[in-house]
Amino acid sequence: MSTPCSDPVALGLWHPLAAIEDIPPSSDQHTRLLGQALRYRKDAGNQVAVFDGDRPLPVTQAYGYVWTCLGTPARPLFDLPEYAEPDRRNVCAATVGVRVSAPRAVENFLDMGHFPFVHTGILGVEPHTEVREYQVELNEDKDEILATECIFYQPQAAAGASGGIMADYIYRVPHPYCSVLYKSCPTDESRLDVIALFLQPVDEETVRAHALVSVIDTQSSDLDIRLFQQTIFSQDKPILENQLPKRLPLDPRAETPIRADKVAIVYRRWLRAKGLQYGVIPAAA
Amino acid sequence: MITLYDYELSGNCYKIRLLLSMLGIRHEKHAIEFYPAAEHRKEAFLAINPLGELPVLQDGELTLRDSQAILVYLASEYDTSGNWYPLQDPRTLATVTQWLCFANAITASAGGARLADGFFHPLDADACRSEAHRLFRVLDEHLWFQERERQDWVATTASPSIADIACFPYIMLSEEGGISRIDYPAIRRWTDRVKRIPGFIPMPGVFPAGPGL
Repeated sequence: MSTPCSDPVALGLWHPLAAIEDIPPSSDQHTRLLGQALRYRKDAGNQVAVFDGDRPLPVTQAYGYVWTCLGTPARPLFDLPEYAEPDRRNVCAATVGVRVSAPRAVENFLDMGHFPFVHTGILGVEPHTEVREYQVELNEDKDEILATECIFYQPQAAAGASGGIMADYIYRVPHPYCSVLYKSCPTDESRLDVIALFLQPVDEETVRAHALVSVIDTQSSDLDIRLFQQTIFSQDKPILENQLPKRLPLDPRAETPIRADKVAIVYRRWLRAKGLQYGVIPAAA
Repeated sequence: MITLYDYELSGNCYKIRLLLSMLGIRHEKHAIEFYPAAEHRKEAFLAINPLGELPVLQDGELTLRDSQAILVYLASEYDTSGNWYPLQDPRTLATVTQWLCFANAITASAGGARLADGFFHPLDADACRSEAHRLFRVLDEHLWFQERERQDWVATTASPSIADIACFPYIMLSEEGGISRIDYPAIRRWTDRVKRIPGFIPMPGVFPAGPGL
């Protein structure tokens, strides 16, 4: 699975490599992206440089993570304006290796139906299993997917939650391998917590899943927030690793969606229209 | 009060949580982030365990490291039935100890592959996997013969012992290290039996068993 990537769409994307705060300073670090071995290094001023062999790669430092691009970036990294709000807690919460393609992991992130069964007692609980009708649109200007009016009962919606709430969700998919969700903040009704999933496609069927948590929460420690997210990700891991095929099939006849999968249908159609090939099984022509 | 220095995603910590739950022992947990913060290698935790390893259990004046040692202590001190660690029966006690040592080999191999794949530790994942398969074959055959003798557990105990608890986590998490259990049916039947021990609790990556037949 380590054949170099030849998909121009994937090569033109920004990809996350690591949380900047987790990188030990002034020492070479190694990771893989799109089947390619990369080296990166943080200097004393917190600036990160990324190399493919001796070739320096473009770097963006954003949302707590270092991002790079193996080709020529087609566009700047997507906007996440909430990150700059002064009263938010921004926590790089987790980096987890998962044997699954990046698009499968995005779809799992978008799916509310699995909450009661996989995140039992936290993000869902039986018998509150219904995924109610929600809205999905493709914003052509921003080239991103938006799912709104998502409502789900959650016994413990966040690290700082004390008791169940009907959580409102908004999902954005601003990047083929990244998704951002906005959800009711358990400690401030007027605000939305942000949880972002940034997937690093190590190869077509393996990712490093990076999480950014950006919340209004004056109570929980960073450690509480990190451990909460690590628990959630680790619950997803065995489910994701048992999905077959590991790459996401884009042929509309390949897998049968249900109503709750509305956003996944739009996501697959969007990937098809982009001509993305890495991590998917393209639809037959 | 008992304090467990704990990381939720650690199989060795999970062993202790399992036994505490099965024995109904009240305790509190002190979370130590193993990855990515590596708090177990920082000064504050090294003062508690100079080896920089989780879990650690404190019970009054006693500070104890090493998951197997903690299982031995909890069972000897708090299990009134005497079944979990059969101190009165040397031969059975010896088989329990034998499988406690086997559990360490499981941790080093199956647990090592999981550390390499999921937590990016610089270990030889393929070597870990082939060693884990060698150990799983030995255990699977052993459990098959145990079943023929109407023995449900890894040691020759009539009810579960701490050897079952010690072996369980990294076997149950093996797929996270790319080690399938599909070829080990006796292991799979045994893990279902462990999941049905009263007081069983899951961890991320380990799901409860369905209702028994």
